[in-house]
Amino acid sequence: MFQTLLRKRDFYSGGLMTLLGAGVTLDSSTYEVGSLTHMGPGMFPLMLGVVLTFIGVLIFGTALVTPLGEDEHILPRQKEWRGWFCIIAGPVLFIIFGHYFGMAPATFMCVFVSALGDRTSTLLGSVLLGLAITIPGCALFSLVLHLPFPIFRWGF
Amino acid sequence: MVTTALTDLWFGFGVALEPHNLMWCFIGVLVGNMVGVLPGMGPLATISILLPLTFGIPPVGAILMLSGVFYGAQYGGAICSILLNLPCHPPHAVTCLDGFPLTKQGRGGAALGITVISSFVGASWGITEMIFLAPVLVTVALKFGPAEICSLMLLGLLAGSTLARGSPLKGVAMTVCGLLIGIVGSDIETGTPRFTFGIPNLFDGVEIVALALGLFGIAEFMKSVNQLSEVDTKYTKVTFKDLRPTKDELRRSWGAMFRGTIIGSLCALIPGTGPTIASFISYATEKKISKTPEKFGTGMIEGVACPEASTHSSVQGDFIPTMSLGIPGDAVMALILGALMIQGIVPGPQLISEHPDIFWGLVASFWIGNIMLVVLNVPMIGLWVKLLAIPYKYLYPSALFFVCIGVYSTGNDMFQVGETIVIGLIGYVLLLLDFHPAPILLGFVLGPRFEENFRRAMLISRGDSLVFIDIKNHPISAFFIFLAALLIVVQLYVRLRRPKALIPELEMNAKPNNIAPVEP
Repeated sequence: MFQTLLRKRDFYSGGLMTLLGAGVTLDSSTYEVGSLTHMGPGMFPLMLGVVLTFIGVLIFGTALVTPLGEDEHILPRQKEWRGWFCIIAGPVLFIIFGHYFGMAPATFMCVFVSALGDRTSTLLGSVLLGLAITIPGCALFSLVLHLPFPIFRWGF
Repeated sequence: MVTTALTDLWFGFGVALEPHNLMWCFIGVLVGNMVGVLPGMGPLATISILLPLTFGIPPVGAILMLSGVFYGAQYGGAICSILLNLPCHPPHAVTCLDGFPLTKQGRGGAALGITVISSFVGASWGITEMIFLAPVLVTVALKFGPAEICSLMLLGLLAGSTLARGSPLKGVAMTVCGLLIGIVGSDIETGTPRFTFGIPNLFDGVEIVALALGLFGIAEFMKSVNQLSEVDTKYTKVTFKDLRPTKDELRRSWGAMFRGTIIGSLCALIPGTGPTIASFISYATEKKISKTPEKFGTGMIEGVACPEASTHSSVQGDFIPTMSLGIPGDAVMALILGALMIQGIVPGPQLISEHPDIFWGLVASFWIGNIMLVVLNVPMIGLWVKLLAIPYKYLYPSALFFVCIGVYSTGNDMFQVGETIVIGLIGYVLLLLDFHPAPILLGFVLGPRFEENFRRAMLISRGDSLVFIDIKNHPISAFFIFLAALLIVVQLYVRLRRPKALIPELEMNAKPNNIAPVEP
């Protein structure tokens, strides 16, 4: 019983919402709640927190009563660790390179690294895609739209 | 009343035909059509990417362009479903059922031709509906006090979250999360920072661009990476000449087009039911009243004309509650409302009288944009078809760059990029847990106004929480609450009585292995 419950998606979705709702409820009671006539900043989040907790419990309840789906997994069958990692790494590198080296290196690293996330992509292909985006992209944002973000800088 | 509407419309054409507005409208429909064709990109992600670019242009141009992306994408989506059998955009999932068999029989061009005609018919009806209905709604809505606004928002949020895709319960949970994200930042009345975790960058609240791009950009890319199968372009050789349908096909389509248009315009009036549901309902209706229902799915031209007409009539109709009441029905409308708010325009019933150039300019631009789309799609069909073959592996890295630079440009601050990454990760976890993140945006956009009006209503009623269902003094508010209660009861009834009758049929059509961007 408990084993199958652990495989149900709604077990986790309900649990997450309940936890979130409870957290919000507790946190909002640290703000001034006030009265119904003169509501303080804590009143509205407090109400939402209670509602969310309640909905979370309801979702949790549906996990208990419905039978397990045929192939119910939390993670998708194919785990795309490489893809997921690269898609997150791209914007992270954009922040780092943008902060220290400027728009062009940031753009190139973002596109290059995230392009590697596709299983069929090659190093050369990703470099070329990176260049193909960086040059017109920087021209567009820096020269046409005048975004205050230097193309190159040395930010240490 | 008809004459005032027509003079206003005339004024609107004057606004929309100004050269720069015409240009923004054209860019909007062009980009929209393009992303509609590209498998794996949705209008939601595109509008969020373009949103920061509109900060610098006047509000009218910004709204014309962003709306153009939305309805332009619907044109492109049809090409993708008919020629590739890929329901890239949920509203066109049913079009695949008969559109692709037609393509296999070599009549794909005719199906596209019929699509263009029915789209135009549907859109024209939706626009006409907007011209005459929106001012009427406004005259009613201007009398609303805080209690009425509050109840109306509650109804809108409830309908938007429970009628869209997926489990209604989870939809409501997402809406509440959206409302909570809307709270982040300084309290409007006391200035107390709430849920900011001590981070000064969050005192102004969560950036709408970061939220939208995290949920519909990064999270979507994580879901679709390596999931898109190679596109089969075997049937995609379509030229201008092929678009012309035969006389018989045209004759069979008119009725379907008309019925689809009506169904779409009715669906548009109910918040949350948007184009996707409209197209499903109209296809089912068409199948039911047809003399040969068994032939549906084997390439019936009616099965293309009907859902396409209803999609477009509902897409245009979706703007009615958004522009006249300030209540968006789905996530795209929430984004457009967000764009208005960024420009410093308060959405609500006063919008039409305070900013007639925006409202009537938008209405006029719908027509101009739809004509542009016909012109763009008919002679240039060959070019659009070529775009279908662009692989996803080139697409998402480029889109990620636009995501990063777009978010950065909202405040010239790298913090926003980090915020987007975090929201994207959370969004992907939510997707894995079977939550649809679209209602989050709905709650987020309405949240601050909801809280403000709620507080005000309670202050006026001296803390009497029954003010919302007070039939004597607030009959309209009570009516909205009654509708909301009815909505819940009906849904519970449908679920408990026949839990699996409706849903699998709808979900089966949207094939899970082909990605469908999050859309209501």
